[in-house]
Amino acid sequence: MAGSGTIHLRDESLIRVENLVVEFSVKGTKAKVKAVSNISFDIAEGETLGLVGESGCGKSTTGRAIMQLPRPTSGTVAFNGTVLTDLKGEALRAMRPQMQMIFQDPISSLNPRRTVHAIVGEPLKIWSKGSPAEQAAKVDEVLEAVGVDPRMARVRRPHEYSGGQCQRISIARAVVTDPKVIICDEPVSALDVSVQAQIPNLLEDMKQRYGLTLAFIAHDLAVVKNISDNVAVMYLGKMCEVGAPDEIYNTPAHPYTRALISSIPMPDPDVALDTSQRLVGELPSPLDPPSGCRFRTRCPLAQDICAQVEPQLTAVGKRHFVACHFPLITPVSIST
Amino acid sequence: MTTTSGSADSNDPIIGDPIIEAHDVGVKPAALGGDLLVVDDLHVSFRTPRGDVHAVRGLSFTLQRGRTLGIVGESGSGKSVTAKAVMGLLPKSGVTKTGTVRYDGADISDLSQEGFRKLWGTEMAMVFQDPMTSLNPVMKIGKQITESLQIKLGMDRADARETAIQLLNAVKIPAPEKRFSEYPGKLSGGMRQRVVIAMALACGPKLLFADEPTTALDVTVQAQILDLLAEQQRDRFMGMLLVTHDLGVVAGRADDIAVMYAGRVVEKAPARSLFHHLQHHYTAALLNSIPKVEYPSHTRLQAIGGRPPDMVHPPKGCSFAPRCGFATDLCVEVEPELVEHPANPGHYFACHHPVSTAVSLTATAMNGAI
Repeated sequence: MAGSGTIHLRDESLIRVENLVVEFSVKGTKAKVKAVSNISFDIAEGETLGLVGESGCGKSTTGRAIMQLPRPTSGTVAFNGTVLTDLKGEALRAMRPQMQMIFQDPISSLNPRRTVHAIVGEPLKIWSKGSPAEQAAKVDEVLEAVGVDPRMARVRRPHEYSGGQCQRISIARAVVTDPKVIICDEPVSALDVSVQAQIPNLLEDMKQRYGLTLAFIAHDLAVVKNISDNVAVMYLGKMCEVGAPDEIYNTPAHPYTRALISSIPMPDPDVALDTSQRLVGELPSPLDPPSGCRFRTRCPLAQDICAQVEPQLTAVGKRHFVACHFPLITPVSIST
Repeated sequence: MTTTSGSADSNDPIIGDPIIEAHDVGVKPAALGGDLLVVDDLHVSFRTPRGDVHAVRGLSFTLQRGRTLGIVGESGSGKSVTAKAVMGLLPKSGVTKTGTVRYDGADISDLSQEGFRKLWGTEMAMVFQDPMTSLNPVMKIGKQITESLQIKLGMDRADARETAIQLLNAVKIPAPEKRFSEYPGKLSGGMRQRVVIAMALACGPKLLFADEPTTALDVTVQAQILDLLAEQQRDRFMGMLLVTHDLGVVAGRADDIAVMYAGRVVEKAPARSLFHHLQHHYTAALLNSIPKVEYPSHTRLQAIGGRPPDMVHPPKGCSFAPRCGFATDLCVEVEPELVEHPANPGHYFACHHPVSTAVSLTATAMNGAI
């Protein structure tokens, strides 16, 4: 999992993240939490990148680092050719309307004391986009687009809506400034299965309608597969595997990806529960991650080399890259 | 492990060593089971300023010893309220509860708080959804387990400590001696849920309620916790009630599944039969809403449109009718009864226009009704 290397990056992309490192210092000690350690990825315009991994793998930190919230410890984040990591103050703030976020808990990310219409209109007020009448019309339009009645939204507050509807309102607030990119941080994890399905569908619609590029962060592999054009699997701050969703899911190359896929609950009593690929043990501490490949402590295939040398991303398919010394499928030469 | 308790003291002859032996030689648990929990026509409503919320409306089910019953439904379907009603955990005021609950042969529907206190831990125990809030953050892990051992089973400190460490070991917590004297804050979510399970198992309950035990956890950890629960349920020959909103969670793990909607069971069957011969359109909708890994990416997901009914004024006919693509006037007017599938004994459903209309008996019943 080592997952350093930039072989998988393409020439043309809207977002390009190179050698991203995010570390947090621990109060009163010199220790650092190595949340994200030297990862690179890109998202082409109009594409959806799915970031998957367990809690603590650094996927949310990565999403926030794109937004410069907080600023990465090192590495570059470029948006549409502009290097965000070099920007400061007003120049960085001016970029913000183009990048928005949706959070995991739809209830707590909406101010309970304001009406839904005011919540969705707030970004327009902050950026003084148009007259109050134009702003109200824009809010009506986006609320309509996400399937929330704009008239009711003028008098209702978030607690009067269900979790799924609150997530729709969050999406409306995110698209109201006409952003280019939306970072979705676990937008379905807090919702019931029956409601979850609405959100990826709605995001696909919004993507078409407003020409969006998405980063979709989740631990649910089936949802990520459904919405993504590209999937990046993360483990303990490193990139394990990157590629087209169908390839990754049909022929996972990294033992960690295989373990993740085998733990998806199958709604079919005849699919025998395959416990042979189950992950054992706990995620090691990001304060002191294992040497070499970070997954080696839980990997069934680990050998001596895994402790000594960090594997680099290598191609195993046309759009399929893996960082593993003993990948489950054979590497190919990149020129093919 | 087995202890006696006041009102649920059983005269059932099949408790004790003979079962374990029989179990070991591979006799199906159901054969020796017998009914552990029988719920009959349970109604629960909560008084609110808007009127009474009818959370559970006429629920009946039976759980046998050593079996797992999965209760599946959306938020607000009444599944958690059911578990709480059976365990005597509903608030005292503002709640109306009718119907009978029989545990191990004894009627516990009107049991007092004191009566339930004798059942908790030793007879029935619960694992809650959120492991972050169900542990006391300022009490050491060991103490949270030994507490019930000392109070309920009267163990002395040394014995309780030893038993607690065995339990932590049984739920696969590494270095249990070390964890014993640590605080919950040091553990990850999955590890905390293991501690919660150890606490629930401590006094050897015969009935385990698991209320959305993995909803707050990651996929990988979810699989581990479900494996652990299944293993403990098997080894201890407990009856388990597994409450979840995800059909995928109960698929391989429950013997029987009851699907709840708006406070009622709409379909109830042995797990295999439910998935292979599902009859109710709500069950079908739930199943279809799960994103499948086998599908290519960007496949349109089938969300269930609309929302569950307002339980202050539940609909007159079938509660799912307003969201059902197959609903007719009949569905809006007449509440369908829970009936047994003619070709699949044990498979019950409440629908006027069941999914498989191929079965002639149901078809004629339908025509007659229209």
